[in-house]
Amino acid sequence: MEHYNMNLTLKVWKQKNTKAGGSFETYQVKNISSEMSFLEMFDVLNEQLITEGKDPIAFDHDCREGICGMCSMYIDGRAHGPWTKNTVCQLHMRAFKDGDTIVVEPWRSAAFPVIKDLMVDRGAFDRIMQAGGFISVNTGNAVDANSLPIDKKDADAAFDAASCIGCGACVAACTNGSAMLFVSAKVSQLALLPQGQPERESRVLNMVAQMDKEGFGNCTNTYACEAECPKGISVSNIARMNREYLKAGLSTEE
Amino acid sequence: MSLDSKIPHGEMDKKWTDYKGHVKLVNPANKRKLEIIVVGTGLAGASAAASLGEMGYKVKAFCFQDSPRRAHSIAAQGGINAAKNYQNDGDSVFRLFYDTVKGGDYRAREANVHRLAEVSAAIIDQCVAQGVPFAREYGGLLSNRSFGGTQVQRTFYAAGQTGQQLLLGAYSALERQIALGNVTMYNRHEMLDIVKIDGKARGIISRDLVKGNLERHFGHAVLLCTGGYGNVFYLSTNAMGSNVTAAWKAHKQGAFFGNPCFTQIHPTCIPVSGDYQSKLTLMSESLRNDGRIWVPKKKDDNRKAIDIPEEERDYYLERRYPAFGNLVPRDVASRAAKERCDEGYGVGTTKLAVYLDFKDAIVRYGKTEAGKTGNENADHNTIVEMGKEVVKEKYGNLFDMYEKITGENPYEMPMRIYPAVHYTMGGLWVDYELKTTVDGLYALGEANFSDHGANRLGASALMQGLADGYFVIPYTLGNYLADDIRTAAIPTSHPAFEEAEKKVSDRITQLMNIKGKQTVESFHKRLGKIMWDKCGMARNAKGLQEAITEIQALKKEFWSDLKIPGDINEMNPELDKAGRVADFIELGELMCKDALNRNESCGGHFREESQTEDGEAKRDDENYSYVAAWEYKGESDWQMNKEPLTFEIVKPTQRSYK
Repeated sequence: MEHYNMNLTLKVWKQKNTKAGGSFETYQVKNISSEMSFLEMFDVLNEQLITEGKDPIAFDHDCREGICGMCSMYIDGRAHGPWTKNTVCQLHMRAFKDGDTIVVEPWRSAAFPVIKDLMVDRGAFDRIMQAGGFISVNTGNAVDANSLPIDKKDADAAFDAASCIGCGACVAACTNGSAMLFVSAKVSQLALLPQGQPERESRVLNMVAQMDKEGFGNCTNTYACEAECPKGISVSNIARMNREYLKAGLSTEE
Repeated sequence: MSLDSKIPHGEMDKKWTDYKGHVKLVNPANKRKLEIIVVGTGLAGASAAASLGEMGYKVKAFCFQDSPRRAHSIAAQGGINAAKNYQNDGDSVFRLFYDTVKGGDYRAREANVHRLAEVSAAIIDQCVAQGVPFAREYGGLLSNRSFGGTQVQRTFYAAGQTGQQLLLGAYSALERQIALGNVTMYNRHEMLDIVKIDGKARGIISRDLVKGNLERHFGHAVLLCTGGYGNVFYLSTNAMGSNVTAAWKAHKQGAFFGNPCFTQIHPTCIPVSGDYQSKLTLMSESLRNDGRIWVPKKKDDNRKAIDIPEEERDYYLERRYPAFGNLVPRDVASRAAKERCDEGYGVGTTKLAVYLDFKDAIVRYGKTEAGKTGNENADHNTIVEMGKEVVKEKYGNLFDMYEKITGENPYEMPMRIYPAVHYTMGGLWVDYELKTTVDGLYALGEANFSDHGANRLGASALMQGLADGYFVIPYTLGNYLADDIRTAAIPTSHPAFEEAEKKVSDRITQLMNIKGKQTVESFHKRLGKIMWDKCGMARNAKGLQEAITEIQALKKEFWSDLKIPGDINEMNPELDKAGRVADFIELGELMCKDALNRNESCGGHFREESQTEDGEAKRDDENYSYVAAWEYKGESDWQMNKEPLTFEIVKPTQRSYK
């Protein structure tokens, strides 16, 4: 593949803290290699800003290999940028061309308050997990792993759901700011497995209740979440969660 | 100070059982009064915090990420070893123990490794019970694959995301304890010092990375589960935030550092493409099952890989190591790649890469598929297409990752790969109970030095992290806390907390007040270059001495010309990084001193002065069969203490893969 360099204009959301108002700042970066990752381009910009005595841009990132779920930029109107099934850290500059203007914002959701610039607080996801995203088994209680055969089809489907990285792109992409894809992925994983059966009903009820409490919006089946999910988590999980929720609601009514 | 590893007496395979049978216990009512601090929430930290919370202790857990689920254990790809013998292929606790001691080139402690092998099977049971979706066969039972350095199939896996699935399992257990009120979680917090009272670890000073303020936290004991220090090289497969700071602060408070120079350099990573490079990405060891590694036979050959005819290719691993071929252990494969590139046979624009080629595997699988479908007369193109489908099913996610990063299609062109820093076997010295040389201070997982000797085998890091957290610390910590049940929680107004906080605060102020011209990043890059060039894959006395001088000079420059933007009492990622790089600089010097002292080659540590006639690593058991445990004495001043290694069961021999 041909390597090339480019000059770009960046419009980046700057916000000092949760309480302060924010606005877009415009920056110029020069000689950006098509081989760089998007975050490496931000590294170059930040080095430039620090050297000029200006405030660098705060953004979340850690593993830079698409698995930790920390990076969270909304680029040109798309969660994680223009490539599909991709995180920002894996987006490379060959997706852009010389002279482009790129607009970068944080995840926008009432349930994800901005901490600074492009960083948001996704603590709501942890609290939803605390409400029921687990199997209650203390260390030392387990039986032999192979005493519980699991249909490969179910095991594979559970794995697909479990591959969610908790980045929040589904919420950011959703016009309603719904967290249904995230919550349903965990509900599905555990509902598909025999180990998850004892708490199957309480789990879905509690997780959904917490989700609502956190201020996430409703699902109106636009499927933007699936389209922008870096791990390709399927909306069929949402359908499964709706069924689980209905069943649980009916059976627990007194 | 003399080192007591506290290895229980008795036969190797009875030590752990005997220990557990006689260890002191803490009754449930007393557990509720005991507070434990856990720093780091990767596999070791999350499993420890969850298990201790379940037992009834009051736990406080800390991580610098925005959620405990993001710790870098999440990025482990290949798998986790366990001596289950589900494949009926002769595996046993003894074999796993033996392979690990041998794979570590006889520089690990036998008793610890044996315990690791003993608890390995229970880890798989625990993870399955939590709902970890391991790969399964059609009959519904668990699937295994093989990894380097073993002759059995004992690796459990979840596609190429085993670390993610195991961590999410431990994370879910941790979140459950948080909901139950047994664990208090501090996200976006970084530990900046240990607080010691009467010689015992009694708490930490941490910084709230969002608000910027310092906090004091008391604990009857402190557990460091803070991972490895590969980022001392700047470029590594570690996450950007992975750092040595917690372990280094502990070291400066009296915890000895064990074998700091033992670094694992992984042979198959995507090569550096330019100066802007911020991290390196691993391509799983499993690829070497099917990929063949080669370079052109001609120096500076600038033809495209596909234009170089078969007879002009040098499959150097197959040539040098006919018995193991492309599946030699990581240390051997890495050195062989470096040797070819140093000699001028490297490929790509930087000439620091070799090819990992799937062409033969694609044809081989294609022919098998054609045979299966009764299509023996298929033409070459059909065979290749069929073969590609098979390779895609086995390694698709890795091939996709390679294409995203390089923009090249590895189904058509061989991958370019080069070795990169991946894991550190060295770490805080701990005894059999995982306690450091500071009373009440423990180190778990990659943060300690104990189980992998001079070279870690693939799929053993996940095993060790979870063994320490789920099955070792819940027993050994009780043995210490049983004597502490009368100690009431110490208020953080105690002068020791006051003093520790002031020390941390002064250092932050000092960093901010340098007001120089150079950025943190630029210093980190320079440190990384010194370390990689002189304390990397090959080391010699002259280079290491030079490195020590260069690092000392870099340290001076850092403390006189560093530029940090922003303020102290606010979110300031540059300030966070500055503190970490300052510690990496000091660690780098110690690593070079350790490498200089160890005038032998073993595992990942290759001293050019100590090699066989054909360039293989040569151990010196007579003089170096010990753990080098370094004691901090003052600036650039350490004293080395030796823990002699004795091998009762696995007798050291020269490793050979020819």
